[in-house]
Amino acid sequence: MTSTINSAEFRANNLKTTLVLGVIAVVLAILPWALGHFFESGNSWLRAVDFALLYIMLALGLNIVVGYAGLLDLGYIAFYAVGAYTFALLNSPHLQAVIPEWLFQPNFFVMMLIAAFVAGVFGVLLGSPTLKLRGDYLAIVTLGFGEIIRIFMNNLDRPINITNGPQGINNIPAVQFAGYDLGRPIEFLGVSFEKIHLYYYLILAMCFFIIFVSMRLQRSRIGRAWVAIREDEIAANAMGINTRNVKLLAFAMGASFGGVAGALFASFQGFVSPESFTLMESIMVLAMVVLGGMGNIPGVILGAVIVSITPEILRDVINPLQQALVGRKVVDPENLRMLIFGLAMIVIMLVRPAGLWPSKQRRAELAPKTKTISQQENDSLQDAERNHD
Amino acid sequence: MTASANTLLEVKDLKVAYGGIHAVKGINLEVKEGELVALIGANGAGKTTTLKTLMGMVKPAGGEILFKNQSTAKIEAHDYVRHGLVMVPEGRGIFGRLTVEENLLMGAYWRDDKAQIANDLERVYQLFPRVKERYKQLAGTLSGGEQQMVAMGRALMSRPKLLLLDEPSMGLAPIIVQKIFEIIRMVAAEGVTMLLVEQNAKLALQTANRGYVMESGKVTFSDDAAALLSNEKVQQAYLGE
Ligand SMILES: Nc1ncnc2c1ncn2[C@@H]1O[C@H](COP(=O)(O)OP(=O)(O)OP(=O)(O)O)[C@@H](O)[C@H]1O
Ligand SMILES: [Mg+2]
Repeated sequence: MTSTINSAEFRANNLKTTLVLGVIAVVLAILPWALGHFFESGNSWLRAVDFALLYIMLALGLNIVVGYAGLLDLGYIAFYAVGAYTFALLNSPHLQAVIPEWLFQPNFFVMMLIAAFVAGVFGVLLGSPTLKLRGDYLAIVTLGFGEIIRIFMNNLDRPINITNGPQGINNIPAVQFAGYDLGRPIEFLGVSFEKIHLYYYLILAMCFFIIFVSMRLQRSRIGRAWVAIREDEIAANAMGINTRNVKLLAFAMGASFGGVAGALFASFQGFVSPESFTLMESIMVLAMVVLGGMGNIPGVILGAVIVSITPEILRDVINPLQQALVGRKVVDPENLRMLIFGLAMIVIMLVRPAGLWPSKQRRAELAPKTKTISQQENDSLQDAERNHD
Repeated sequence: MTASANTLLEVKDLKVAYGGIHAVKGINLEVKEGELVALIGANGAGKTTTLKTLMGMVKPAGGEILFKNQSTAKIEAHDYVRHGLVMVPEGRGIFGRLTVEENLLMGAYWRDDKAQIANDLERVYQLFPRVKERYKQLAGTLSGGEQQMVAMGRALMSRPKLLLLDEPSMGLAPIIVQKIFEIIRMVAAEGVTMLLVEQNAKLALQTANRGYVMESGKVTFSDDAAALLSNEKVQQAYLGE
C-alpha cells in the first residue's frame, strides 16, 4: 500500500490544498463584515449563509446514506427535526417543570452530543426494519418515516403536551460556549459580536468538523465497506462485512449529522415548529446531494450552497429585473423565483447528469462508452499477448 | 468415501430447492486438504447453486455440510471468510466503483494484521503484474480478463483455506483462459485447496486432481480427473469427443 503513494506528487498536492484552504479560511472569516459592508441587508444575507452552512451539514449527512451506502432516504429531514426538538425540549421553559434546570444547561458540547445520539438512535430505528429494502421500496418507507415524525410533532400536544403541537416550542435559549451565552453580544478586541455573527462562527466551526468527519469516513475501512455494499451486497457479505451493522451505522452516522444541525438550528432560530420539517425539505436536501455530485464531498458542499443560496439571490434580483424588462410586475416574484429555480435544476441535471462536481466514480459510470466492450476485450487480448512471455 | 483426517470439506446428501424447483437433489462431495477438485456439468445442472450453498448464501433444504469436520449451518454469511471459506463468484463480484487496490484490500477486510496484508498485496501484484499496473483504476473499467484476475487476487487476500471458483473462464478469450488456468495452477502449487466449477470441462479436468460430474441436480460421476478424462460417457457428454 505504501509503495503505491507517489510522495512528490502527494506533497505538491498538499501545498496546493493548503493554499486553497488558506484563502477559503480568510474569506469565510471576514464574510460577515463583507456582507455588512456591501449590502444594506447584510444581516439577512448572513442569515442565509448560516442556513447554507446548516444545509451543508445536512447534505453531508444524507450523502453518507445515499451517496456512500446507496440507500435512498426521502425522510432525512426527520433527523434534523429530532435534533431540533431534542434541543428545544431539553432547554425551553416548556418542559422545565419536568426536567430540573440544573440538569440541563444549554452547554454546547453536551447538547451536540445528546442531539447526535438521539438522532442516531432514530436512524437505527428507521434502519433496522428497512434493512432488506432498497431503491424505490426503501424510498417509500423513509418517506413515510419522515412524515410520521412530523405528524407526531404536530399532534403530541395531547393527551400530554410534549411538543406543543403546531405552535411549536418558543423561547429556546442560545447555546453556551465556554461560559459565554451566544444569545448576547460579546465584546472582543473592541468589536461587538452579535448573536448572528457568533452563530455564524459556531455553525461554521461545526460545519468544518462535519466535513472533516465525512472525509475521514470516506477514506476509512467503513467507507469502503459502504461502497462495497452499495455495489454488491452478497459479495460484500462474503468479504466478511457484517452488512446489517454497517448499513445501520450508515443510517446512524447520517442521522447524527442531521441531529447536530437540528440542534444548532433550534438554538439559533429560538423556536421550532413542525412546519420546518416538511417533505419538501427532505427533497431539497436530496436535491443538494444529487445536484452537487453524490458521494463527492466538495460536490455535495457546492450543491448545498447553490440550492440554498440561489433562491435567496433570486428573491433580490427578480423584481428589479422584471421592472427593467417589462416595466411592471407581471408574475408574483415568489412564484417566478421557484419557477426559475426549478428550471435551473432541470437544466443542470440534463447537462451534468452526474452532478456539478461528481466523484470520478460517478463520472465513469455515467460517461458515454467510447469503446465497446468487444473493443476493450480486443485491446486487452493484444496486451495479454504482448505480456504473455 | 469416508472422511479421513485431512478432509477439509464434506458434503452429505445436500438438497437445495428454490421454491418448488429442486436445483440440487442430494449430492455427496468431498475435498481433501491441498486438492484441486473440479465440478463440471451442463448449464442448469446446479453447480452454482452448490457453491452458493457452501458459502451460506443459499440455505439447504436438507443434508449436511461439514467444513473441517464442523457443520457450517450456524455460521453467519459474513463469518464464512473468517473460517477460510472464500468464493470467486460467477460474474466475479467485483466492486466497480472501488479502485483495483481497494478491491484487493476488501479481500483483507476481515483481517487486522496490517504488515501481513501489505505482504500479501505485494504477492498478489507479483502474481498479476497487469493488475499492479492498474492499481489506481476503477475496477469497473477493467476488461473481463483483468476483472477475473482482480477477483482471484481479492480472494487470495482473504487467505482462503478453501477457495471456490465459479466459472473463472466465463466470457474470456482463449488466451486469457490459458492465463487464468496458469494462475490457478500457481495458486494450487502454493497449497491452497480449491473447488473449481467450469464449463470448459476438458481444461478443468486437465488441471484438477479429481472431478465430479453433475447432471440436473445429481452427481453422476466422480473419479480421478485423469479417469474422467478417459471415461467414454464423460467424453461424449462434456468433452465434445
Ligand atoms: N434464484 C433462483 N430462483 C429460482 N431458480 C433458480 C435460482 N437460481 C438457480 N435456479 C435454478 O436452479 C437450477 C440450477 O442453477 P445453477 O445456477 O445452480 O446452475 P449451474 O450449474 O451453475 O448452471 P450454469 O452452468 O449455466 O452456470 C437451474 O434450473 C436454475 O434455473
Ligand atoms: Mg453457474
